[in-house]
Amino acid sequence: MSAALATAAESAPVTACARCLRRAWLVEALADHLERVSRVDALDATLALSDAALTAALAPAGPSRRRLRTGYQRFDAESAAATTRAAGLHAVCRHDGGYPTPLHDLAGPPAVLFASNPRRLGELTGEPLVAVVGARRASAYGLRIARDLGRGLSAAGVTVVSGLALGVDSAAHSGALEAGGRTIAVLGGGADVPYPRTKRALHARLLREGLVVSELPPGASVRRWSFPARNRIIAALARVTVVVEAADRSGALITARVARELGRDVAAVPGEATARLAAGTNALIRDGAHLVTSAQDVLDLACGVGVRSPPALPDPESLEPRLRYVYAAVQAGRDSPGALAATREEARAVLVALTELELRGFLRRGRGGRYEPCG
Amino acid sequence: MLARVTTFAIDGLESRRVSIEVDIRSGLPAFRVVGLADTAVREARERVRAALLNSDFQFPSKRITANLAPAYLPKVGPGFDLGLALGVLAASEQMPSEPLAEWALFGELSLGGQIRPCSGTLAVAEGAAASGIAGLVVPVERAREAALVAGVRVAAAGTLREVVEVLDGTRAPTVAAPSSPAVEPDTGDVPDFGEVIGQPDALEAIEIAAAGGHNLLLEGPPGVGKTMLARRLPGILPPLARDEALAVTRIYSVVGLHGGGLLSRRPFRAPHHTISAAGLVGGGSPPAPGEASLAHHGVLFLDELSEFGRAALEALRQPLEEGWVSIVRGQRSRRFPTRFTLVAATNPCPCGFAPDPRRCECSEADLARHQRRLSGPLLDRIDLRCTLERPRPSELARAPAETSESLRARVIVARERQLRRFGDDGLRCNGQLDARAARGRADLTGAAERALTDAYERHYLSARGMDRVVRVARTIADLAGSDRTESDHVLRALAFRQDPAVEPAAA
Repeated sequence: MSAALATAAESAPVTACARCLRRAWLVEALADHLERVSRVDALDATLALSDAALTAALAPAGPSRRRLRTGYQRFDAESAAATTRAAGLHAVCRHDGGYPTPLHDLAGPPAVLFASNPRRLGELTGEPLVAVVGARRASAYGLRIARDLGRGLSAAGVTVVSGLALGVDSAAHSGALEAGGRTIAVLGGGADVPYPRTKRALHARLLREGLVVSELPPGASVRRWSFPARNRIIAALARVTVVVEAADRSGALITARVARELGRDVAAVPGEATARLAAGTNALIRDGAHLVTSAQDVLDLACGVGVRSPPALPDPESLEPRLRYVYAAVQAGRDSPGALAATREEARAVLVALTELELRGFLRRGRGGRYEPCG
Repeated sequence: MLARVTTFAIDGLESRRVSIEVDIRSGLPAFRVVGLADTAVREARERVRAALLNSDFQFPSKRITANLAPAYLPKVGPGFDLGLALGVLAASEQMPSEPLAEWALFGELSLGGQIRPCSGTLAVAEGAAASGIAGLVVPVERAREAALVAGVRVAAAGTLREVVEVLDGTRAPTVAAPSSPAVEPDTGDVPDFGEVIGQPDALEAIEIAAAGGHNLLLEGPPGVGKTMLARRLPGILPPLARDEALAVTRIYSVVGLHGGGLLSRRPFRAPHHTISAAGLVGGGSPPAPGEASLAHHGVLFLDELSEFGRAALEALRQPLEEGWVSIVRGQRSRRFPTRFTLVAATNPCPCGFAPDPRRCECSEADLARHQRRLSGPLLDRIDLRCTLERPRPSELARAPAETSESLRARVIVARERQLRRFGDDGLRCNGQLDARAARGRADLTGAAERALTDAYERHYLSARGMDRVVRVARTIADLAGSDRTESDHVLRALAFRQDPAVEPAAA
C-alpha cells in the first residue's frame, strides 16, 4: 500500500462501530463454512441472521465452534480498526451516515463496507449508480460495448459499479476511468487484495482514481460464495443493472436476478441470435429486461428520458482544416496511418495529425493501431 | 631432444599465447599430447603423423610427448596441428629449431600435408602482434584476414613442406600485404526498399530506427511484410567504421562463419523462435558467442516474438541494456559484445486478425496471455512500435516510394549530427541514451514539453514510455536537421509509442 493512501486513511478514521466490525470479522471467520450455501437468495438470508444464529447455523458443534465463540468474545475493535487503517482502507457500518442507503434493501446487508477512499464513497454513491456486468470471456464486441458504456455513463456523471472481473467488468471500469473515473469496484475478497491477479494495474488505478469496496475485512481471500455475495452488493447499489454478454448460467445473471428481486431495473445489450455469449442477455430481454444499445439508453432508464446525456463531443467544425480532414477520413473508415497516407510526406503529416486529434480528445487509438472517433 | 613452438589458443573472442613443447626420447613408440587438450587436439596426433609421412619427412619411432602450456587453459580446435608437426620435426632434428623462436604457427593439417584454414585467425594475429612475435604463419586462405592486423609479419603457407622451407630460409615467405584500412561499404545482396510498395508509415518507423539505432517492434497479421521490411534494414544503416568492422570480423572468424578479409556488411541475424537462451546470447563449453553477438553492429530480427521461450527472451536483458553479455561456464567468464538493433515482429493477437474486430476470435484472456509473453524486459527497450496492415488493392498499384540508397543518405546525415552532439561521450546514436540523459539532451521546445505532458496525463504513456518517446523524438529532429526537438517531432514519436500496460488491452 502506498504511503499516500495510508496517510489519507489515517486522516479519515474508521467510523464503523465495534459491533459491526466484529460482525465483519465473524463473517470472514465463517468464510469456509459459508461455502455450503450455494444459492444467492439463501446466502442473503443466511447473512441476515444474527451473530449467534449465524455461528450456530454454520459452525459445527465442537471445538471449532468454541474457538469461534472465544475469538468473538475477545474481539478487539481497536486492533481491527488499526488493521483497516494499515491496509489503507476506511470502514463505514450500516449505522453510519456515509453507508450507501440502497444496501439496506438487502435482507442481509453488509455490516461494514470497507472502502478505499471515504470522500470518493460519498461522491460516487450520492448520484445514480448503474451496474455494468457480463461475461469474463467476453468477445471483442462485448468489450467495446462495455468500455463505451463505462465511458459514456461516467462522462454523464453516473457512477459505474462492477466487479473487477476479467472481460466486461474490467472494460466497464476502464471506460469509466477514461472519463472522470466515476466507478466503483466491488470485490469478493478484501478491498486491498487485487483479484484477479492480472488486473493488478487496473485495481491500482481504481484505488487512485475511482473506488474499491468490499464487505470483508482487509486481506480476506476470495471463495466460491464471495462472488454471488459480491454480486448482491452490486445489484443493490445500482439503480439499473446492465448485462453485456452473458452465456447461460453466467454469474452476471445472478446479479440481474437479485436486481430484479430488489425491484431495480434490469437491462441487457442484445447480441447475435446464435452467439453463445448472447444466450443469457437475449433471454433476459425475452423475460422483460430493457433492451439498451448505448450509454444514452441506459441514462434514460436511470435518470429519466432526456434528463442526462454524455457531454457533447468537442465540435469537429472547430478544427483546423488539416485536422478536420483527417478526422473525417477516420470517421469514414480510413482508420490507420497506412490507410490515410500514400507518400512519406503524407505519412509524416498524418502521424502528427492523428496524435494531435488523440491529445485533443477527438480520437483514440484502439487495438492493432487503428484509430476510432471518441464517443 | 626438446623443441618449443609458439601458437595461440582461442579463448572467447581473444587468443592466448600457447607454447607447445615436444620431447622425443627412446622408449616404446608412442605419441602423447598433454595440457587440457580437447578431442580435436588429441586427434591431431593422427593428422600430424600422416602429414609428416606424406610430406616425405620421418615420423620418429620413439616416445614423443607434447605439452601445451599453460596447462590450465583449455585448448580447443585443430589450429595446433601445424605447431605440433613443426615441434616434432625440430625435436627429431629434421629441421633447425632456431627459427621457431621468431615465428608463431597456426593451422590445421590434412593427411596429405596441406594446410587447411581454421577459425579465429584474426584473433590469433591480434594476439601475435600483442605479444611481440615477429612473424606468423597462417593458412593461405586466412592470410588476408590476418593481414588486417598491423605489427606482425604474416606468411601464408599452403603445405607443411612450404612452412619448413620458409622457416629454414630456403624459401622466401609469401607475405600477405597489409589490407587497406578503408572499409568498402558493401550492401551486397541486401534487398532494396525500392521494391517495397506502400507502407509509408512503416518506412517512416524503419528510417527512424536506422537513424537513431532504436529497437523496433513490427506488429501485424501474417504475410503483411514484417520480415520483408526487417531484411531491408541493414541496407540503410550507415557503413561500418573500421573498428566496428574489425569487431564483426573477429566474431565471425572465431565462430567459423567467415573466411578472408574484412567484413564490411552489417550483420543480419534472424534466429528461429525455437532457439535456446544459450543459442541466443552465447553459451556452451567453452563459451561461444550466440546470435546476439553475431548481430553485433547489425540487426537481430526476432520473428514471431511471442513464440520465443521466456528464458531466451529474459536472457536478452543484459545484452540489450549493456551492449555486451557475460557468459560464465565452469569458473571462466567471457564477455561478448552485443550492440545490435533489435527488430521484433509479432502478430497482434494469437489468431492474427486483431485489427479487425469482426474476425478476431481471441478472448481477453488470450490477449492478456499474448501481451504477457511480449512484455517484460524486451518491451522496455523497444522505442518504436509500428502496426502494419495488409496493403489495400489501391496501394498495390502505386509505385515504390524510395530506394535504400536515398534513405541511407538521410540516415548517415542524421547519425553524423548525433555523433557531433555526443562528442567524446562514447555514444553513437540516440538509441543508446539512457532514460535520464535523453530528457537532458533532447532540448525540447515548450510546445514539445506540453505535448509530452498532455500524453502522460491522458495515460497514453508510462513514465518510462515518456523517456522512450523523447529518444525517438530526438532522432526525428536529427533526421529533420533541427537542433531543438519540436512539438511535431514529439507528436510523430507519440504515434509510434507503446501503450502502457494499463488493462485491459484497448478493446
